[in-house]
Amino acid sequence: MSAYSMPDKNGHFGRFGGVFVAETLMRPLQELTQAYKKYMQDPDFLKELDDDLKYYVGRPSPLYFAAGLSREYGSQIYLKREDLNHTGAHKINNTIGQALLAKRLGKTRIIAETGAGQHGVATATVAARLGLECVVYMGADDIVRQAPNVYRMKLLGASVVAVESGSRTLKDALNEAMRDWVTNVEDTFYIIGTVAGPHPYPAMVRDFQSVIGREARQQILEQAGCLPDALVACVGGGSNAIGLFYPFIDDEAVSMYGVEAAGNGLDTGQHAAPLCKGRVGVLHGNRTYLMEDANGQIIETHSISAGLDYPGVGPEHAWLKDIGRANYVAISNDEAMAGFHDITRLEGIIPALESSHAIAYARKLAPELGKDGIMIVNLSGRGDKDIQTIANIDGVEI
Amino acid sequence: MSRIERCFEALRENGKKGLIPFVTAGDPVSDITVPLMHAMVEAGADLIELGIPFSDPMADGPVIQKANQRALAHNTSLHDVLEMVKQFRQTDEMTPVLFMGYLNPVEAMGYEEFADAAKLSGVDGLLLVDLPPEEASEFNELLYQRDIDPVYLLAPTSTPQRMEIVSLEARGFVYYVSIRGVTGSAALDYGEIKASISEIRQHTNLPVGVGFGINSPERAVKIGEFADAVVIGSAIVKMMEGFDGDKSSVIKAVSDFLRGVRNALDAETHPIVG
Ligand SMILES: Cc1ncc(COP(=O)(O)O)c(C=O)c1O
Repeated sequence: MSAYSMPDKNGHFGRFGGVFVAETLMRPLQELTQAYKKYMQDPDFLKELDDDLKYYVGRPSPLYFAAGLSREYGSQIYLKREDLNHTGAHKINNTIGQALLAKRLGKTRIIAETGAGQHGVATATVAARLGLECVVYMGADDIVRQAPNVYRMKLLGASVVAVESGSRTLKDALNEAMRDWVTNVEDTFYIIGTVAGPHPYPAMVRDFQSVIGREARQQILEQAGCLPDALVACVGGGSNAIGLFYPFIDDEAVSMYGVEAAGNGLDTGQHAAPLCKGRVGVLHGNRTYLMEDANGQIIETHSISAGLDYPGVGPEHAWLKDIGRANYVAISNDEAMAGFHDITRLEGIIPALESSHAIAYARKLAPELGKDGIMIVNLSGRGDKDIQTIANIDGVEI
Repeated sequence: MSRIERCFEALRENGKKGLIPFVTAGDPVSDITVPLMHAMVEAGADLIELGIPFSDPMADGPVIQKANQRALAHNTSLHDVLEMVKQFRQTDEMTPVLFMGYLNPVEAMGYEEFADAAKLSGVDGLLLVDLPPEEASEFNELLYQRDIDPVYLLAPTSTPQRMEIVSLEARGFVYYVSIRGVTGSAALDYGEIKASISEIRQHTNLPVGVGFGINSPERAVKIGEFADAVVIGSAIVKMMEGFDGDKSSVIKAVSDFLRGVRNALDAETHPIVG
């Protein structure tokens, strides 16, 4: 089998991906594609990126053998500790890279969309450090759910704009960020937070996030002496998942599980699982699986986790699903909560609600792998931001 | 020859500028759209641009976003919009109708099914904001075969290379977006618009319409100095905002406004010789 080499030069992953944007953005996207290609081969750029990841973000992140969880669930579970990155999630791997590109392109203003606020915080962080103006768009409902992150962004000097249109969550924040970009395209760089959007974003964000999988591959070979049987990661837009999966794609014996949010249950219609239950369509610049009604209108998603509350998914996941290279499954709110409590209690690690979906799936997968089976679970972020939500769900006042 | 081509040919022969109002179908209520279309023709519209409601109108400013939400609040679907055009055609065989919207509702229906239905209803052109010509060649074949014109945007950021690509795929006319921004934004840079249009004309013989930000007879006249047609959207859609159930007064307000633009355009423009 020949090595995996997606996307094609127009950003297509088979029938997925592409560039579906208004004319005004075509030239900026072409310029971005060229700049990204150029700098990903530029030794100075790569050195600066590596140094920042090492000294500022704190990479490599540990691969931690979770003995307690392994015992409880019944197979060998390693956690890729993206929660230990500066700002507490994998999101900064990408914002560091894109902000360095913005700087090289001479842009003075940075915009971003955010759901859970992790990407917003990671963007505000790099903007503060590089002295760039920063505006973050966030759904009005998410602003309520993720108040600590909103305050963090403001402390970092970013303006946070509440998006009141549509369903007032991540997709609407993305729409609003696109509108800003169309309006301020000459001086503004749009840092998209996941592997969605028009080409080159899905490929570029993947490349910045694939440091997760490159490290994990080397670490598991050192620690376990072999490749894992399975990789598990939650999927909102899909950036932490693709970051872990991508360096293993040609390792055919390694199976991959992307975990979507089943919300109140896949059969209730109240979920955020386009790969499990969606249809193919076009949103936010690319063709992928979407949550939509029969008329092609995007429908509201539901998840306790703001970071998974997105009706689309990165086009590369759509492709990996269609060719059968990765499996996509879903975990309900209740299951995620159980996973959250398991890892907190057994490992002393408070995970993000997003990552708790991956933990919950590890529990289901473990019996299949058996006690000698090895899996790497991507612990994409820490749970501090979710403490209020957790307390509310558990009926506790804090 | 398509209705849109015939329309622009007649305009040129008469030395007139095209007036293209935009309304979102089903905004604010379903049964206003067809009478509104007729009234706009009566008031001097040459071509009607009809918005297909979409849940995520990424290229639209707040005014048209709200229009989409109003139309979707009572579930105006692409099928419904096609039905409205069919009704409109029962008494108007002449005025071209251009659909403007986003790709996903069309993709959900299916390209071929849409093309057939559009033909049957009497739709003349299609402008999908988020479908650039690079991704459209297969779809365009279906449209060309049915004399439906794919209309494309060009923008201040368009390179000569992109003007070339658009001129190869576009039919009917080319729609120049007068600003960097979303629909309904404010200031216009006439110098830049004039320069861009003359550059566009080096790449295509198609007529050039200009839209985004034209909200008054004065602006329409200024733009009419270099463009073949002006598109007016948000300024009209805004009139739906105060809707209190009285359709005829909204229709009258739109008609009065359009008549003002029509008169101003006709007073200023003269036959182009040669
Ligand atoms: C901790 C964490 N994990 C996962 C996600 C989901 O995003 P993605 O699927 O792009 O990794 C988010 C998004 O905000 C997040 O904050």
